[in-house]
Amino acid sequence: MISIQQEDFDISHEVAKLRALSGETGAIVTFTGLVRDLSSGQVVNQLFLEHYPGMTEKSIGAIVEESRQRWDLLGVRVIHRVGVLNPAEQIVMVAVSARHRSNAFSACEFIMDYLKTRAPFWKKEKGRGGEHWLETKTTDFDAAERWLD
Amino acid sequence: MIDILYFARIRESLGLDKERLELPSGPVDVADLITHLTNTRGELWSQALGQANLLVSVNQVLVKPDHKICDGDEVAFFPPVSGG
Repeated sequence: MISIQQEDFDISHEVAKLRALSGETGAIVTFTGLVRDLSSGQVVNQLFLEHYPGMTEKSIGAIVEESRQRWDLLGVRVIHRVGVLNPAEQIVMVAVSARHRSNAFSACEFIMDYLKTRAPFWKKEKGRGGEHWLETKTTDFDAAERWLD
Repeated sequence: MIDILYFARIRESLGLDKERLELPSGPVDVADLITHLTNTRGELWSQALGQANLLVSVNQVLVKPDHKICDGDEVAFFPPVSGG
């Protein structure tokens, strides 16, 4: 299940829901992305996140569907916040449950790597040095590439 | 008529987040639309839509410049993504 929202989320609440999903669950892996207070050596005061309503959800849905085809999974929960966020705040959560841990670990990382390189979101950093839009990092592209056959 | 949406840095440069446009008669692809907008609207538009890493979607699916645009389509222009 995928949510794009302004409000903060509670990881323990989401993990509890995944646990309740199936008695076959042997593993739950979660990732949480946070707003850092430093970027390229510059202090970040605020992050603004924009998305494309409709396309963003579809794109994440496609990524999750692909992860289900590649690995044997039970539940997948993705939450991505948008709007104005402050340092230390949560931005995104990917939680995956499976019978076995290797599937859960792989799928969680796969979904995050593709979230960073394919999903229609745009981040704007505001700091003392001014404001600027971020672009995908080479390291993110490299990370996503290793999932290709 | 088509809807055109603009996001992030492109939206800010152009000062426009969306518009409706009448399609000319005859087959039109994404490249034709970009040419039309940059030819008729000046330097600001040439710069914004002339970027090498510009991404385009039609009906919420990423497409290439030769993708045909039909009446009623939703076209969007945006820079490389930075989510997650």
